[in-house]
Formats: sequence, structure tokens, C-alpha cells
Amino acid sequence: MTVYQLTEETAWCPGCGNPMIRRAVQQALNELGLPPEQVVMVAGIGQAAKMPQYIEMNSFTGLHGRSLPAAIGIKLANTELTVIAQSGDGDNYGEGGNHFISAIRRNIDIAHFVHDNQVYGLTKGQASPTTAQGQITSVQSGGVKAMPFHPLAMALVTGAGFVARGFSGDHEQLVTIMKAALQFKGYALVDILQPCVVWNKINTFQWYKKRVQPLDDNHDTSNWDFAFAAARQWGEVIPTGILYQVEKPTYDEQYGFITGSAPLAARELAPQQAEPLLQRFY
Amino acid sequence: MDYSIFIGGAAGQGLDTLSHILSKILQRSGFYVYTTSDYLSRVRGGQNFFQIRFADHLIHSATSRLDCIYALNHEVLLQHIDRLQENGLALADEEVPALDRLTRLPLRAIAEELGNVRVFNSVGLGYILKVFGLDFDRAQEMLQQIFVDETMFELNVQALHKGAALTESSVPVVPGKQRKHILINGNNATALGAIAAGCRYYCGYPMTPSSSILVFMDAVSQEMEIVVDQVEDEVAALNMALGASYAGVRAMTGSSGGGFALMQEAMSLAGIIETPVVVINVQRPGPATGLPTYTEQGDLRFVLHAGHGEFPKMVIALRDGEDAFYQTARAFNIADKYQIPVILLSDQYLADTEVTLPPFDFSKISIERHLADAQAYGPGTYYRYQVTESGVSPRLIPGARGNSVIVDSDEHDEKGRIDESADNRRTQVDKRMRKAQGLAQEVQPPWEFGADAPELLLVCWGSLAGPMREACDQLNAQGLVVRALVYGDIWPFHTERLHALHAQAKKLVVVEQNATGQFEGLMRQEALIRADEKLLKYDGRQWKSDEIVAALKEVLS
Repeated sequence: MTVYQLTEETAWCPGCGNPMIRRAVQQALNELGLPPEQVVMVAGIGQAAKMPQYIEMNSFTGLHGRSLPAAIGIKLANTELTVIAQSGDGDNYGEGGNHFISAIRRNIDIAHFVHDNQVYGLTKGQASPTTAQGQITSVQSGGVKAMPFHPLAMALVTGAGFVARGFSGDHEQLVTIMKAALQFKGYALVDILQPCVVWNKINTFQWYKKRVQPLDDNHDTSNWDFAFAAARQWGEVIPTGILYQVEKPTYDEQYGFITGSAPLAARELAPQQAEPLLQRFY
Repeated sequence: MDYSIFIGGAAGQGLDTLSHILSKILQRSGFYVYTTSDYLSRVRGGQNFFQIRFADHLIHSATSRLDCIYALNHEVLLQHIDRLQENGLALADEEVPALDRLTRLPLRAIAEELGNVRVFNSVGLGYILKVFGLDFDRAQEMLQQIFVDETMFELNVQALHKGAALTESSVPVVPGKQRKHILINGNNATALGAIAAGCRYYCGYPMTPSSSILVFMDAVSQEMEIVVDQVEDEVAALNMALGASYAGVRAMTGSSGGGFALMQEAMSLAGIIETPVVVINVQRPGPATGLPTYTEQGDLRFVLHAGHGEFPKMVIALRDGEDAFYQTARAFNIADKYQIPVILLSDQYLADTEVTLPPFDFSKISIERHLADAQAYGPGTYYRYQVTESGVSPRLIPGARGNSVIVDSDEHDEKGRIDESADNRRTQVDKRMRKAQGLAQEVQPPWEFGADAPELLLVCWGSLAGPMREACDQLNAQGLVVRALVYGDIWPFHTERLHALHAQAKKLVVVEQNATGQFEGLMRQEALIRADEKLLKYDGRQWKSDEIVAALKEVLS
């Protein structure tokens, strides 16, 4: 049975990477057999963030840049939920940059799927944090002056336990990465390269196709130095796959009382439980 | 019997500990206690002070007059000695230069003789206790709590007795009845209210004077199974609280004005996704960094308009510690019932002032979640934003088999999907705004104190309740016919009692802790009533009851 039903209509352009990513999300969730009532997709604002509109599941579409904080709140309130934060490069790395750093540091048990097309789509073609230096856009008409952000390298340096790079054009690999990210205990970042057919005439489908190169299936995913080198690699060859995967204690586990019994959201509330606290004030 | 003891000096001189110990001794001896603090935004130096008022009758305010000054330096003494009553006592160490009416004591000499200069204040404490004839057993009990180390405890007890030996009991007080009172400040009372209401998630970013809520919540986090989290910024804080609330727990965040400003985008989000949340703004004087450790009621207008766009919300100003407890708990029920943000408005004065209060009655707190029954919805039949007569849509949390719970910051249809059509926009705006009608029924009238058929009507809000209550009593005792209205629920605005009393009184005076009379403006807007006079104080220091009396007499004359 197929759940996570997709809508026929979307507001995405023909040739966009988003529908491919959507299909990969659907397949990953179905193959893992996750019951839809136990999954929540959290998005910000942007073209990528429209995904919850087009897939039947619990969803929280919040503010631009703020998908991660909402996802963290959801996960802490109910650790039984599988929580996916998913949005675009501008949303997660630009507006939400501080939340990105903090989410990694927290190692909260969520999967983070970032659609990285190196451009702003919904607001019509301005540079994103991952746009190449010198690239000309509607607002950076003299070329982008800032250096590009390296999300995977940043994640590794900050201590992320799961770091992967996918490509919307490699469906099979993307499903495999997503499934691993969803099953990973801890914060899992998947940076997904995708073309923007309307606004990014540089990083086209063909541009990626020529460069992306899946990592050897047998590479050592606990080798941080290797992962860091692969994360930084951005030229004629762009390695894809799970760069790094090492589990460590998660944020929610460290509270002690969150995991192990009923999720917080299901625990009974009784005002009298708090009454002994008054003793502190006599 | 009604005395005020002043303890002043530089930050880092142990004022906080001394004031805490003395307040607790007085509380446990059965007195009514009212301890205010005045501190600067620094860890060392400056001129800080605590003022402990204690009496055998209920007290609701600090006063200007002092009966005892314990000064740890010359400067603080000079600044406050004018406030000393005629028969008052000013105490300082011998090292402080001589001054008229000052009694200099060998505090440091005794401490050094005992071998540890850090017991200095215990010598002073012993002296003060003896002067007022206070209970040394209580003092010993408090020292034992504070000084876990046995040697330090013994040394402090010795210091206490050495200090006491320096004097006689000159103003012995009669210990009060054994009252089972708690001594608590506004922030801790707020935190207790939230916990009683079943708050399971509290996060925030440290900002004076709101941080002690975060500290208290953290201290009891394990015991009460509350997720307490210091997060990266206030932007994250409210988004996280909303995520937690969406997933089904009662969630709260808090800050002072600056941090509250950072929450505004998410406040608006709460409005459109109709997710309940409680947010407290513990005000301090702005703009920007302003006076970080002082008090003001300067954010009223800001809070009323919190969040861009139009959506129903509730604003409740906390009036005292008891009110902070019960209203915070109530805020969670209202937030859940109407699926709105409820904003609590406190301030530094209320946050930090420690007052003896009857123990909070937890049996008076009810938890009303207003969640829909997931079983009532067949597969695919649940619509998060179903249009209803009350405007409140049935609320499920994620986990309902066969039904998705979809919330969206875009204008959405009943299901939660983006819908930008004009018809849908009108339908959803009307639906949301209809909730305001129900909300208006929830509003509680302002508190009232003083004489019936008043000639003079005083109006204030929030933490001015206590000072205003005392001022009102004093004015009535002096032959005036005065009644005071103290607003707690600010939005929606309650008008009935204001209209009735305004019709009786000859004169209406608004008293506020800000420079522009923000509440008076709201009163004009909502009740079409203009104050005859406004008494405004915006120096960061709370109106004291006697200051209100004096200021009123001036405008009335």
C-alpha cells in the first residue's frame, strides 16, 4: 500500500529538482514502513518548503529560516515522532544560519533535508549562501562578492554525526541516503544538489550530471578526515553519498526523562504534582 | 509595627546573601515581609541595595522612609541617609568615615579576629537581630542552610553572637503569629504557575530581569519532567515553543523587551497557525538596552500590537506574586481554549521583589486542554482549520491514525493547504477573528480598592497594584474619598467598571510607570475616557506608596 500520497498538481516548474526529491522522500518513508501518523515534516518558506503542500502527511510549515527550531520543539515534545526538517539553501543556511549551527551542536534526532540549488527560487533568482563567487544574479548584478558557504564542511567541523550529499538526478542513491538519515539516531544532514531551471543557468542538470560521482559503497564512513576532504571537494568532481556516519548521545537522551516512557505529549498533567515545590519558599 | 531595613553597598560585598538570610529570618519569625532590590548591571562595584520592610500587618509596597541603614561603604550611606527616620539607626564599619547619626562598628576587626574576613556581614547581622530583639535560633537555622561547610557555619554563628554582644535590644519587636507563609518573588511565582498548569516545555535566552524564570525551571526540570532549554536566540525560542505546542505539550517562553522584540515574527506565526503558546515579557526600561536591572511599564503598546498582521491574542499584566501564580496558570487554559498566544506582562519590580504570601492553592488550578477526540474522525476527514461558529477549530495533535495535522504560515484553507483566493482569505480571517468574541467573555474585571462612591478614581495596572493599594488606604485615612482600579487583564479591555466609577468620581487620575501614559491612551481608545491627570514615573525606580500619595496631593492642590 502506498501512503504519503502525492498531489498531482504542484507550483514547481517543469524540470525542477523538487518533484524528484519529493518522490525520493515518499519512497524512503514507504520503504521504511513508517506509519504516517508518526511522521512530521517541518518546512520553512521557499520553493523547497512547499513540499508539505504536495504530500499527504503531518506537517508544520512555519517561517523562512525557522524550520529547525520548530522541528526541535516537536521532537522534544514527542520523541516517538520521526521528524524531517526540509527546506532550501537560502532558508537553512542564510536566514536560519544560527539555527543550523545550534541544531548540529544539539545532535537532536531529526533528519534535515536541504534542497541546495544555489539560488533563491521563490523570490526570483537572488544569490543564496551557496552561490558561487562572481555569479551574476538579479541583485548581485556585478557578481556575487561573498565566498560561498560550505554546509557539509561546516557540519563536520561542528560535530555532526551524519553528513551526506545527494543529487536530485540520482534517485536510487537519494532514497538510500534518506533512509539512512531517517534511521540515524541523531542529527542527520543531507545536502541535496538540484537544478533550478529558471533562475540558475550555471548549475544546470547537465552541469551536475557531469560532476557528481557517488562515493565507493565500501568507503569508511567513520573516517572524518576523508569525509571533510569529500565535503570540500567542489570542482570537476563532486562526490555524493554518505560522507560520514558516527552515532553519539543525542540531545533528547541527555535529559534522561524524555525517552524511555510515554512521550511528554502523552504524559498526564496534575497541578498537585507541583505542590511540593512550595517547600522551597517556606 | 512597621520597619524598613536598608542593606547597601557594592556588588560582590555579599548584600544578596545577607538580605536573603534576614528576609527569611523575618518570614520564619511570623512577620509580613516585603523585600525590594535595586542593583546595577555589573558583577562588581557600583551601589546596590536591598530594602527589607517587615510588619505585623499586610504590606504591599516599599516605602521611602528607613528605620535602619546597614551600609557597606561611604557612598551608599551618603545617598540614602536622608531617608532615615528620626529615631533610625545607621550602621557601618569603623573604616567608613564618621558621619552625623552614624554608629560605627568593629565589623572587620571582629571578622579578622575570628580569622575570616568573609564573616563580616554575620557580625552586622548579629547586631541588627539584637537591636530588633529577633530570634537567634531562626538565624542559626538559616546560616546552616546557607553554609553547608561545618567550619564556615560555626564561624558565622560565632560572628553572629559577637555582633549581638555589641549592643542592647533597643527597638524590640513582637514576633508575629506563626504564619505558614511563603516568601517568593514574581518570577518564581510565575514559574510555579506554569508548572502547576502542566507546562512541559520552557525555553529562552538569558536576559535580565527574566532569566530567573529560566533558572527556576531548570532547577526543577528533572523532578517535574519539564524540558528546559537555553536556546541560541529568542527567535528560535518562540519557534521551538510553537513546535512543542503543535506536538501536544504546553509550552512557554519568556524574555524582557529586547528578546520579546525578536519573537515577533513567531508571535505572528502563532496567530495564523492557531497554536497555543504562553509568552512572558518581564519589562525593563528601554529603548534598546536601556536600564537592564530596573523597572518600567514601557512595553504595553508594543505588546498589544505584538506580531505583524491581525490575529486575536490576550494580554495579561501580572499584579503581584499571587496573581502571577494564578494568572500564569489561567493563561495556559485560555491559550488552549482559543488556540492563541497569551502574553503575560511583568516587570523587574515584580520579578525581583520578595513578598510573604499565603501558600498558593494548587487545588484551585484546573488544566483544560480543549483537544478534540481523534477517534471522532474517519480517515481523511480531519481539517485543522475547519470553519466553526466560534472560530475555534477542533484541535488534534500529530499521531491520529488516518489523519494529517497540517499547519501552515501561508493563508490556508480548512485543510491547511495554501489558498490565496479572496473568498478563502475572508473566510479564514473571519474565522480567526471570531475567536475574539469568545475571548472577550473571558476577561476579568480590574481589582478595586478603597472607598465606595469615590470622589477621586485612581487607575493603574500591573505591578503598581501593591503601592496603589497602600496609597489608596493612606489617602482614605486622610479624609479623601478614593477608589482605585487595578487592571490585570489588559487585552481584551474591560470597560464596565471603569465607566461606572468614572460616572461617580469627580476626578480620574492614571498612575503609570512610563513616560507617555500608554495605558491612559488605551483607556481613551477603548472606553472613550480621558484621565484628568497622569502621574508618570520613568526613572526605572518603582512608585512607592508614599510617593504616590505625595504626587497626588500635589496635583490635587
